[in-house]
Amino acid sequence: MSFVDVWQQHDFLSVEKSILNKTAEDVRQALSRARSGLSLDDLQALLSPAAAAFLEEMARLSHELTVERFGRVMQLYAPLYLSNVCANVCTYCGFSAQNRIPRKVLNDQEILADAGVLRGMGFEHILLVTGETSRVGVAYLKNALRVLRPQFSNLSIEVQPLDQPDYEALIEAGLSTVLVYQETYDALTYPKHHLSGPKSDIKYRLETPDRLGRAGVKKIGLGALSGLSEWRADAWFVGLHLRYLEKKYWKTKYSISFPRLRPHEGKDITVTPFYERDLVQAVCAFRIFNQEVELSLSTRESEMFRNHAFRLGFTSMSAGSRTNPGGYSSAPESLEQFEIDDDRSPAEVAGFLRQNGYEPVWKDWDQTYDGFGQSGNLTNSLPAQAGKIRDLASVAS
Amino acid sequence: MNTSPLTIAGVNFDSRLFLGTGKYSSGSVMAESLSATGSELVTVALRRVHTDGRADEILGHLDRGRYRLLPNTSGVRDAKEAILAAELARDALETNWLKLEIHPDPKYLMPDARETLLATEALAKRGFVVLPYIHADPVLCKQLEEAGAAAVMPLGAPIGSNRGLETRAFLEIIIAQSNVPVVVDAGLGAPSHAAAAMEMGADAVLVNTAIAAAADPVAMGHAFRLAVQAGRLAFESGLASRSAKPIAQPTSPLTSFLSAVGV
Repeated sequence: MSFVDVWQQHDFLSVEKSILNKTAEDVRQALSRARSGLSLDDLQALLSPAAAAFLEEMARLSHELTVERFGRVMQLYAPLYLSNVCANVCTYCGFSAQNRIPRKVLNDQEILADAGVLRGMGFEHILLVTGETSRVGVAYLKNALRVLRPQFSNLSIEVQPLDQPDYEALIEAGLSTVLVYQETYDALTYPKHHLSGPKSDIKYRLETPDRLGRAGVKKIGLGALSGLSEWRADAWFVGLHLRYLEKKYWKTKYSISFPRLRPHEGKDITVTPFYERDLVQAVCAFRIFNQEVELSLSTRESEMFRNHAFRLGFTSMSAGSRTNPGGYSSAPESLEQFEIDDDRSPAEVAGFLRQNGYEPVWKDWDQTYDGFGQSGNLTNSLPAQAGKIRDLASVAS
Repeated sequence: MNTSPLTIAGVNFDSRLFLGTGKYSSGSVMAESLSATGSELVTVALRRVHTDGRADEILGHLDRGRYRLLPNTSGVRDAKEAILAAELARDALETNWLKLEIHPDPKYLMPDARETLLATEALAKRGFVVLPYIHADPVLCKQLEEAGAAAVMPLGAPIGSNRGLETRAFLEIIIAQSNVPVVVDAGLGAPSHAAAAMEMGADAVLVNTAIAAAADPVAMGHAFRLAVQAGRLAFESGLASRSAKPIAQPTSPLTSFLSAVGV
């Protein structure tokens, strides 16, 4: 049993129709259950066109629930692009194999150069991003984690889906979190955008969080890429996926992102509408549906939008992002995956948050929790400090 | 009017209100709010602070002369991780006091009883002053006491829920039979909840969300200070017994037969 079995029980078009048929009364009922627990049917109501009239109420509730659970804080992170080489042909992505752009895979020195810039900016949580190619496989990622582990408190990856033993090896090397967006849960649309390459196998991608859960990763990031298919149904499937995973892999934490299609290198494609107003509705719906899930706000969104929306349910933000390998220390912008829309430095974003009564949180993890010791003054005090600390069975007995 | 001090592991506390340091909008709001509570013991999540001596938003605002630090292990999932985190905390924050939090479940942050008991025993042997966060389970609290816990910290309601003393019946048993201080830890959402816990005879309460997430955390901190003092004073003063409902006189008294048997 995997999520594919659950997914197959729900037809995308029927879900879309059901959402479109929700009424104001359904929305009121759903909102009344905000503190006692919403059903997946309630989530449909909150994602429906009928909920648009309740957006202000949803925003207030979402803000309140977020402050209660997370406080007036915002966790800051930055992506570090390791490679833009990709074997997939995806219609919407700047890294797509058919795009004739310069390709780059960072070596250790280049990784450390970018890491140094990010550390200087204050980042402790880093998201490593690559395209999908055998050249940048498990051995490469493991090495990157080894190089970066002493530098940061928390390491995440957003790379190609891997097999369970590969994830286990990366967790062993210091990985905390894996982001794997489904792009779309719509079986009819998915193949139209993932024309060739390993990513064209929708079921393997759908089962990725199951493999991650079994491997014991500490956090899994979910999301659908809005613009590929009808966003309301896609968002609901993210909710279905979240609920399935939370019950099955209960030791894992979850986060949700709301990526939207951005201008990029490559062919123009038809983008289904997903406006800022829709994004706010989706964020608030998820917060009211699930008070514990982390919600992430990307630099894909504009400064103006981020400055207003950050308090509506989000718990983490990227800042100062460069979406090209080597982007922080040297490389030109021409290698980027997509354009970002908030050009402020991390310090400016942090300053903005402070002025608005939010504390920017740079560190919310410690490498000790991943079984790693720290260089420096602690090195000699822990049982076995060099690299991964092994065999602690005797410690607890 | 003063209430009696609380003693944990040989250290006296005049304030019976312990505080968390998360969820504040800034380090300075946190510092002002802590000050308003009169607290002398604050817990700090190891994951949030720099452990290499660099300044950060939390430690930079805590006067170590005024507050005893209680590092917590929030985020660890088992005893092994907790012991590593504890050793790091002892070294980095220069204290052997530890709030032991082991929650393998990151959604509701429910404590793992078995792992907490294992870790408490191991850490007490390593010289830590262990204050474990656990379910309001009277048997577990006795086992933790035997394992060397310096106090027990049962939850009043799910952490961060602000629901008050939902575990009241179990807390009453824990308080009645504990030989170590009982600190009601989670779920206290209003000063009245804290006062009620103190009236029950809890030795202290630990509050975070209710203060940090309040519209005015400084004023709310003061409100909790007053509530904890009032609740403790009420407990020490001996609450008058509640008046029972008058019992209606039955038309045929149940004991009238006694006169017939001539006794």
